[in-house]
Amino acid sequence: MNVALRDPRIDRPAQTHLGFIDCDVHPFFRTPADFDPFLSQRWREHRQSIGNRSRQGLARTSLYPRMSPGNGMRGDSWPKAGGPPGSDLGLMREQLLDLFDVRYGLLAPLVGGAAAERNVEFGAAMAVAVNEWQCAAFCDPEPRLKASVQITLEHEASALAEIERRAGDARFAQVNIPPRGLEPLGRHRYRRILAACAANGFPISLHLGGTSGHASTGGGWPSFYHEEHPSYVQSMQTLVTSLVCEGVLDEIPDLKVVMVEGGFAWLPALAWRLDKHWKRLKAEVPGLKRAPSEIIREHFWVTTQPMEEPERPEDMLRTIEWIGPERVMFSTDYPHWDQDDPRYAFKVPLPDDWARLVYRENAQALYRLD
Amino acid sequence: MAKHVVATVAEIPPGGRKIVTVRGREIGVFNVDGAFHALINRCPHQGAALCTGAIVSRLEAPVPGEYRLTRPGTMIRCPWHCWEFDIATGQSWCEPDDVKARTYNVSVEPGEALARGPFTAETVPVSVEQDYVVVEV
Repeated sequence: MNVALRDPRIDRPAQTHLGFIDCDVHPFFRTPADFDPFLSQRWREHRQSIGNRSRQGLARTSLYPRMSPGNGMRGDSWPKAGGPPGSDLGLMREQLLDLFDVRYGLLAPLVGGAAAERNVEFGAAMAVAVNEWQCAAFCDPEPRLKASVQITLEHEASALAEIERRAGDARFAQVNIPPRGLEPLGRHRYRRILAACAANGFPISLHLGGTSGHASTGGGWPSFYHEEHPSYVQSMQTLVTSLVCEGVLDEIPDLKVVMVEGGFAWLPALAWRLDKHWKRLKAEVPGLKRAPSEIIREHFWVTTQPMEEPERPEDMLRTIEWIGPERVMFSTDYPHWDQDDPRYAFKVPLPDDWARLVYRENAQALYRLD
Repeated sequence: MAKHVVATVAEIPPGGRKIVTVRGREIGVFNVDGAFHALINRCPHQGAALCTGAIVSRLEAPVPGEYRLTRPGTMIRCPWHCWEFDIATGQSWCEPDDVKARTYNVSVEPGEALARGPFTAETVPVSVEQDYVVVEV
């Protein structure tokens, strides 16, 4: 049963958010032709005449219709001059970067289709193009924005080359890896890519969503977007479990994993469950030498949006304590429909030292920002 | 409470709206089937410009699979998180007991009456030939 116990303090805007680091900002293209300057003639013609073929039946739309009109975009984020939300840097400054004096915004470019492209060579070309486009359209004109390296997980050689190419380039903060893949991320076939991320100083960012081609829940296809939404959490849980149980995090001790937009209140419960069974099932996974909860606390970060809203708002503090306040990073998800406003997202005030960590210092340390 | 002339009746046809600023507050004035209503242009959830959202109907399902589109054009859907509010009462659809958008009294007055006062015509010049939408703030 849901009992409304709204905290009367929610309308008291805190100022601790000012100068925050936003760990989830979505840039968008004006038209798909925006990528053409960064594609070779061969792939430009391919894009124009054949286009993306992703691992899902519906090639030109989302699996589920999102809040409309606008396919999941905040209603007031459509640029007056035309083009989709996220494509106008001026409006992004007005509604986000300047409004809140954002110190840095981490870009999550869910565009170009590289991650789920079935033609992996085209996917690799699109990943490079999206990386060049992020710099040209956003990070070069606006140094507060940091790019995320796009790769095609199913084309190892190109992924490794792209990670190495962007290493040491301060415009790139992390490597984007889709949380819904062909196989769980801990499998050996992905190990060299993960090792390359760590070796080159990139955390990996797993932003919810994507299309693996598998049903989006462990039990088949859901009917509604409302039903699909919690299935993103399942894919995050699969990733955590896979990376832990396959021993990836002991093999690659410098690997840092950021789970973006997947919620976080579930993480302590998953860690408890893994710990309990680790004591009993050790014989099956002898490579797992430490308690899963210890590995999780060391290697995983979470971003806040869409903020968890427990019935008793103060339970949020306990939840963050379980995860560790040094592992939680604020994000808005601008300009998506379910974005959070930093003034109102937390329904309970954070202690000052936690607020500093969550709004700024955790991301500063993880991404080595000033 | 002072009465403020914010529009001519003809300016806001049925299904239409006008966003006005009265004493520093942005207010959305709506015409729902000939009846005028006014709501503060600020969502009680996270502060978005509520009155700029989509005007929608109420959709009800007495049992799963059976849908009824009731009260067409009577709800406003916030442009951010899609919370829906009754335009006439400001009542929230998802948390009716707990969340409410601020409403204002609206009336329609003939220009002749307005010429006599006491009304504040901050935004709209008044002539005796027309009817006007008046909001109390």
